Amino acid sequence: MSAGEVCAPTQDFGDLDGYKGALGGLNRREFLKFCTGVAAALGLSPALGVRIANAATVAARPPVFWLSGQACTGCTETLLRAYHPTVETLILDMISLDYNETLCVGAGHQAEAFKDQSMKKNWGKFVLILDGAVPTKDDGIYCKIAGKTYLESVKSAAEGAAWIIAMGSCASWGGIPSSNPNPTMAKAVSEVLPGKTVVNIPGCPPSPYNLLSTVLYVLTFGKAPELDEKARPKFAYGRLIHDNCERRGHFDAGRFALEFGDEGHRQGWCLYKLGCKGPETYANCPQIGFNDNGEASWPVGCGHPCFGCTEKGVGFNKPIHAMANVVSVSPPTLFPRVAEEKGQGISAGAAALSAGVVGAAVGAGAVLASRLGKAPPKEDFVPSSYQEKPDDHS
Amino acid sequence: MSTTHEHTPLGGRLVTPPFIFLVVICVLAAIVLTQRFVFGLGEATNLNDGYPWGIWIAIDLIIGTALGCGGFVMAMLVYILNKGEYHPMARAGLMTSLFGYTLGALAVMIDLGRWWQGYNIMFPWLWNANSVLLETALCIFAYIIVLMVEFLPAVFERFGMKEARRRIHRVLFVFTGLGVLLPMMHQSSMGTVVVILGYQLSPLWQSHLLTLHFLLTALTMGYAIVAFESITSSLAFRRPYEMSLLGKLSGIMAWVMLVFFIVRYLDVIRVGGFPLAFAGDFKAVSFWIELLLGVGAILCLMPKGLRESPRYVFLGASFMLLNGFLYRLNCYLIGYDPGTGYQYFPSMGEILVTLGIFALHIILYLAFVKNLPVLHATGPARATA
Repeated sequence: MSAGEVCAPTQDFGDLDGYKGALGGLNRREFLKFCTGVAAALGLSPALGVRIANAATVAARPPVFWLSGQACTGCTETLLRAYHPTVETLILDMISLDYNETLCVGAGHQAEAFKDQSMKKNWGKFVLILDGAVPTKDDGIYCKIAGKTYLESVKSAAEGAAWIIAMGSCASWGGIPSSNPNPTMAKAVSEVLPGKTVVNIPGCPPSPYNLLSTVLYVLTFGKAPELDEKARPKFAYGRLIHDNCERRGHFDAGRFALEFGDEGHRQGWCLYKLGCKGPETYANCPQIGFNDNGEASWPVGCGHPCFGCTEKGVGFNKPIHAMANVVSVSPPTLFPRVAEEKGQGISAGAAALSAGVVGAAVGAGAVLASRLGKAPPKEDFVPSSYQEKPDDHS
Repeated sequence: MSTTHEHTPLGGRLVTPPFIFLVVICVLAAIVLTQRFVFGLGEATNLNDGYPWGIWIAIDLIIGTALGCGGFVMAMLVYILNKGEYHPMARAGLMTSLFGYTLGALAVMIDLGRWWQGYNIMFPWLWNANSVLLETALCIFAYIIVLMVEFLPAVFERFGMKEARRRIHRVLFVFTGLGVLLPMMHQSSMGTVVVILGYQLSPLWQSHLLTLHFLLTALTMGYAIVAFESITSSLAFRRPYEMSLLGKLSGIMAWVMLVFFIVRYLDVIRVGGFPLAFAGDFKAVSFWIELLLGVGAILCLMPKGLRESPRYVFLGASFMLLNGFLYRLNCYLIGYDPGTGYQYFPSMGEILVTLGIFALHIILYLAFVKNLPVLHATGPARATA
């Protein structure tokens, strides 16, 4: 089946031909062809092109706008690697992702125009997801999109947002752009939006499920999930990585990898001494891992120390291999060696000394026994003979 | 308690050439101990994770306290079995017990990784009721105090404190009773400690009767050390042999040794360990030496004619001591193999400290018998043979 020939219900497309200019002047047939092409490009079944077309025109789902500032796109990338729900289920069936610079079909003025139009239409109702830090130096001129500074875009979009979610470490607490010397005075979203409630989903990148769960939670219940004092959802950031780490037993037993590739590292021992920040970092990485691949794919599971990306002041601030401040249980001050010594054999000195002691004991015993034959002791008997007594004891 | 005879200090010069020799050993041991306390156990010893206990525990404590059982076995004989005629030997036995246990406790403190927390044994709320060592530690701690009280009469006599001597005599029976009970408790517990080693201890020694074996070796070694010290101090201080008592004591020793021998080796057969005696390895050799020493002790002491000879009593007592010594060393070190390649042989420092502790024992013995009324007074009537 070639990309253009789709056997699927097409009755609900609405008046596509009336949507003049919005899709670059495409007519209905061309638009369907395009959507199927997009589906093929995403590696999806061509039949999904019809659903994309449907989704693009039937916008009854909650609108979501995703703005990116000083970001690396990692946060969008992580969303693409979600599998339950898959990203196409998410953006086609569950939400209406009306703007995301990476995932937008349109580009340039077209995309910006659609964003403004949709925002106006959904003013006060939409979910605003922000990734990347906000540069504030020189009025934020160091990050501009469509002629507007990011600072300006964030502030204006935030006015109409029902929910604001800061996705990733940069948006949550500044992340790597905010680390020293911070030339653009990059700040977290919550810092440039005083008075607004911002739900932070830190991580570099965060697990997509932490975002999805938060988005679906606010859409389902109409309120934010329970948050900790850093505005992170407690369901994901309630416990130390350390407390759920699969290597925790090694920490408690004092078994530590001391170098990459040493015996302890190969045995999968605790990475605390290699600088793992798990003991001071709150996140659910050890429980859910990444890429739906279990514990094989999170940093500690791969044998690399956690660097504390979800924790302000830890990730991108402390050196990766500096030891963490343990929040909960402090480790012992002394650690056993990685390869415990098994003891050495008999040394020449010890052998000579033991042989001497045994020999002296036997000799002294024999001398004493022979003297005892001549009882009672004679007057010429010298008391010095009892110097042999220690040997008889030992 | 018939105390018709007198005890008297030996007198004489304390600092003699052998005394100086013993002091030199103690000084060497002190140097090693400085190293141990400054740099830690790992620096001074060959201990490792597989062998956390070396000769400081196996010899200084486990064997050292067995050698210190002279006091308790003599007290049992004199006061429990009411054999008053052995009373002249009781006080010397008591004193060696005092030294044996005090020095054993010292060895434990040296061997403890965190020795500075040792005083915690005095606080019941800090006890670990699940530790097999708790009972041993408490008993030894209590027994040292009991021994000190039991020995006080000698000190009071020496300094003419008659009133104090009379008062302590009234309550002494309580301490004498405790002084028999406590060592029986912890000496058997030392066997229990080894039971929990399980398969790591060779079946030549491992048994659920280890508790009984350790109690019996406490008896054999306790009686043997009394006879041994009696003869060696008679030789050293040119006193007449106590053969009238030693002859009778030898009979007791022979039977106690025979009972231990039979129980011990029937038990090896019972647990099925005996075939390992022909394995040809070091453990098997050690097993046979231990067995032959037991045979030697019985052969020297069992025939009534030989019990009159100081030579055979001395040999028998020595064999008994060495049999108990080797038995306990086998249980704690030689027969023990933690597996996975661990090995242990004491370092020179460890051997020196052990020698130093025994040297200190003899130094204390010499100082005490020369200055305190420990050995009984000798008169022409008591001179035998």
